[in-house]
Amino acid sequence: MDDQRPSPEALLAQVKMEEARKTQGNLKVFFGAAPGVGKTYAMLEAARQKQSEGVEVVVAVVETHKRKETEKLLEGLEVLQKTRIEYRGAVLYELDIDEALRRKPSLILVDELAHTNAPESRHKKRWQDVFELLEAGIDVYTTLNVQHLESLSDVVAQITGVTIRETVPDFVIERADEVALVDLPPDELLQRLKEGKVYIPELADQARGNFFRKGNLLALRELALRRTAERVDEQIQDYRVVKGVKEVWPVSERILVSISSNPRSIRLIRAAKRMAAGLRAEWMAVNVEAPSKVKPTKADLAKLAAHIRLAEELGAETITLTGQRASDEILRYATSRNVTKIIIGKPAHPRWKDVLFGSMLDEIVRGSGNIDVYVISGDRGQPIPEPVTKLKKQNTMITKDIPMTVATVAVCTVVAHFMDPYVARADLAMVYLIGVVFMATRSEKLSSFLTALLGVLAFDFFFVPPRYTFEVSSTSYLITFFVMLVLAFVISKLTLRVKDQVDSARERQQTTASLYNLSRKLVNKQSMEQVCALVISHIAEILSCRAVVLLPDEYGVLESKITTQDTFELDQKEYSVAKWCYDHKQRAGFATDTLSGAKAMYLPLVASAKTIGVIGVIMSPTQEFLEQRQMHILESFANQSAMAIERVLLADEAQQALLKAETETLRNTLLSSISHDLRTPLAAITGAASTILQKDITLDYNENQELLLTIYEEAEHLNQIIRNVLNMTRIEAGAITVKKQWQPIEEIIGAALNRMAEKLGNRAVDITLPEDLPMVFFDPLLIEQVLMNLLDNAIKYTPPEMPIELSSKAENDSVVVHVRDRGPGLIAGEEQRIFDKFVRSTSKGGGIGLGLTICRAIVTAHGGKISAQNRHGGGAEFSFTLPVINQPDMTQAPE
Amino acid sequence: MENALILLIEDETQMLRFLRITLKGHGYKLVEAVTGKEGLMQAAMRNPDVILLDLGLPDMDGLGVIQQLRSWSDVSIIVISAREQEEDKIRALDTGADDYLTKPFSAGELLARIRVALRHKLFVSQGQKEHTFTVYDLKVDLSTRQVFINDVEIHLTPIEYNLLAVLIKNAGKVVTHSQLLKEVWGINYANQTQYLRVYMAQLRRKLESDPARPKFLINEPAIGYRLKLNE
Repeated sequence: MDDQRPSPEALLAQVKMEEARKTQGNLKVFFGAAPGVGKTYAMLEAARQKQSEGVEVVVAVVETHKRKETEKLLEGLEVLQKTRIEYRGAVLYELDIDEALRRKPSLILVDELAHTNAPESRHKKRWQDVFELLEAGIDVYTTLNVQHLESLSDVVAQITGVTIRETVPDFVIERADEVALVDLPPDELLQRLKEGKVYIPELADQARGNFFRKGNLLALRELALRRTAERVDEQIQDYRVVKGVKEVWPVSERILVSISSNPRSIRLIRAAKRMAAGLRAEWMAVNVEAPSKVKPTKADLAKLAAHIRLAEELGAETITLTGQRASDEILRYATSRNVTKIIIGKPAHPRWKDVLFGSMLDEIVRGSGNIDVYVISGDRGQPIPEPVTKLKKQNTMITKDIPMTVATVAVCTVVAHFMDPYVARADLAMVYLIGVVFMATRSEKLSSFLTALLGVLAFDFFFVPPRYTFEVSSTSYLITFFVMLVLAFVISKLTLRVKDQVDSARERQQTTASLYNLSRKLVNKQSMEQVCALVISHIAEILSCRAVVLLPDEYGVLESKITTQDTFELDQKEYSVAKWCYDHKQRAGFATDTLSGAKAMYLPLVASAKTIGVIGVIMSPTQEFLEQRQMHILESFANQSAMAIERVLLADEAQQALLKAETETLRNTLLSSISHDLRTPLAAITGAASTILQKDITLDYNENQELLLTIYEEAEHLNQIIRNVLNMTRIEAGAITVKKQWQPIEEIIGAALNRMAEKLGNRAVDITLPEDLPMVFFDPLLIEQVLMNLLDNAIKYTPPEMPIELSSKAENDSVVVHVRDRGPGLIAGEEQRIFDKFVRSTSKGGGIGLGLTICRAIVTAHGGKISAQNRHGGGAEFSFTLPVINQPDMTQAPE
Repeated sequence: MENALILLIEDETQMLRFLRITLKGHGYKLVEAVTGKEGLMQAAMRNPDVILLDLGLPDMDGLGVIQQLRSWSDVSIIVISAREQEEDKIRALDTGADDYLTKPFSAGELLARIRVALRHKLFVSQGQKEHTFTVYDLKVDLSTRQVFINDVEIHLTPIEYNLLAVLIKNAGKVVTHSQLLKEVWGINYANQTQYLRVYMAQLRRKLESDPARPKFLINEPAIGYRLKLNE
């Protein structure tokens, strides 16, 4: 059932996309392998078809290149005037976007999607014009060749040896609602070329010759076909996701893509996605955090987060590894996960860096073993614009450090001045190095460089002859300066690195410590309230914010179990965000992609089986957003909390299950026991009654009476069993509520004896009741039942001539009642056991063995105790107590 | 009260058979009804001396039957119920039933209750003339408010006497706690059962020879009290 239902996330994405698309126009791309396959022709034919259907069609740009067949198709179609743009003496005609928008037809034709607009046009690229038209709700037909597709341009360049400058980003064709492949076998294309029917504007004659070789055309055609096939495949996948069809094919390939905060990662991610889709492989995006590296800036972290999210959106599993060497970590992880292909970016840095610091690419390739390594150029990724505010912040930091830098250099100069008479001049440079180290330990990279530079200048000015000028008398000082600068550079770099390592180590240690702390404390928290309180106080403390843990009640309404100064109230809007988060298992609210207008951020608490709740976090007003590290802590906290909460839930469930099982066992024992005990009297009744009813037997009066007495007595017996069983089940099920009333104990003794009168017959009952017995607070019916059961036992187990003694007295804070007999007494060791369920005295057959159990249950429910023991001189004594607390106020009793 | 007429409102065949044989065997005349409506109709037409009413009827609640009956008749109603819940009995008694029997019951119990009901009817009709009430060794002069045990006068407080008087008025029948409280102390004290218990205990000590095994001041646990008449 479940596998037929699409996940809510998928549906939501679909709905969002459809919402956005609803107002936009449709994009249809006529896709071909090479110029001349007939894309424009096909487009015009399709447009005419539409026009004949009554659709309002306007041609914005169509390059007929004077081909007769094509021009013929243009007849009868409205063609927009192009705008005329003069640029450096040349006159260029471009699509008039304003006119097109003003005209606003239902369908517009824009040829050559990859075209680059003339400078000073509104958009640089024609596809941007097309997007604007789509945005305005106009349907667009356009044409595109495979070599213009960005992700394939490098491949095409490799195949044909021709570099294509005009490219279209992949997402343009991904955005297309329809892609119509216009296919022509290479031989026919070459034939058309010979006939001069193909116009290739952008290539020189020789290039044209290179391009239009059969081998190339075959390769391009394959590319175009494959790209189209991939698209169809994606659509099928989408369809499957939307319709809830699970993947049925086995996954044989695993692809790993290495990503970082570098904008090129975007392309790597897309490439990995394409490859994964093509191979139907699982794929994962891995980022390696190296503690040795300089601490990333906030902007970098934000970019990295964006990349990770992109990868997740495209279906990757994202993993963050930590290690000194990225290559080692990636390879180790790849091996552990049986990755078959690794995708990494082409290095963009200069080669000397590789020589100096080693090349990650080289190391991965060398260490990859069986794993294929794909190196992909990523130099055309679209960088995310950097937030300007952050840059400003950095600048102010440097300017803030400048006085400090100057002061440091000044102090160094003074110290050097005093040392000057005693040491060699070159040694004075060392003093400035100390200054550099000092600055490096306290501030940013730039200021330590600045210190080095200022130090060199000061050294030159104050100490290098000729003094108090920047002139240098001897060239050997130039070497000193150079060494000083290099040393300062290296020292500051190393110091900074150490500092960063210490910082990140401290942060990590803090994170680990706080996590450990939380998990240790969570272990011994048993109640849900305790767990929630602990989680909230921890989050509030570590992230200096307020938090709330929301758990669903039995109706699925999220509610906070506790309220402290660290929690916050949810209004209707916030609640709906939290609910969305809970329902969709995704974070939502502030600083997330979903419902980011909310005041708080909500993280789902995902336990092994399902979402079990939501953590809401509200940042203090001074805090903009959580850093990556803090986000990790929060996530780890959420995980820990989810586990703890689940543990509590499971413990509750287990308790319930145990209780249920116990009840079940009791019921089963009860049933088997009852069925035996019920059948015995029934058998006697049936037998006696059927004997009386028999016609061929003559019974005398006495015999008749005896049989009838049997029937009567056994029926009474049955009634007693049923009453006990009913009471027992009611007590067990909690259906009997103890209705306590103030009353004298003698009253209930009298009632019990009255009820038992028939059974007691002539048996003597000695009653000892002091006059001053206090009133007791108890349920009369239940205590009457206790007395009746005890009396019944005494009657059953003792000879009729033996008296029964009944007494009561006040004892400390209770009233104790004794029922004594002079019967055979209890078997030694049975004194406690006889109160257990279904235990019958082994001495003589009797009831079902529930009587005493009920007595104990009732007395316990009153806060009293019941016990049994043998008496001196033979017989049994049963005693129970009822607590006497707070005598009722009788002063108001009106006379 | 020979040949008293008893209306039996009961829908269970087995119970009907047992009751029919027992009651007819003891010389009572019998009218039967298997639904509440039919029972009410029979009660109106035949004017029975005692009604035996089963609380679980197919067409209407037994309590409804009592309510309707009481709007025009003072006939003795003995409720028969399989329900063990005390609330049902109390409600039936408070609604106007005179007594109750819990299933299963023996023929002896049934006949005793019927006798009490009939005697009570007699007592009420003669009560206007006779000013003394006697049970076991207790004698009460209702006109002079004097109480005697074995002809020795016992002093009772006004409350004790009022309590006893209410029980005498309903002699043989169960009087619920709230009925007693209302009649003796007033409607505002209907839930103060501890007062009642204290005075009942005092009454028992003054009138009963063995207060733990009372002969006529009978406690019906959780329901009320009954002044038991001589068998």
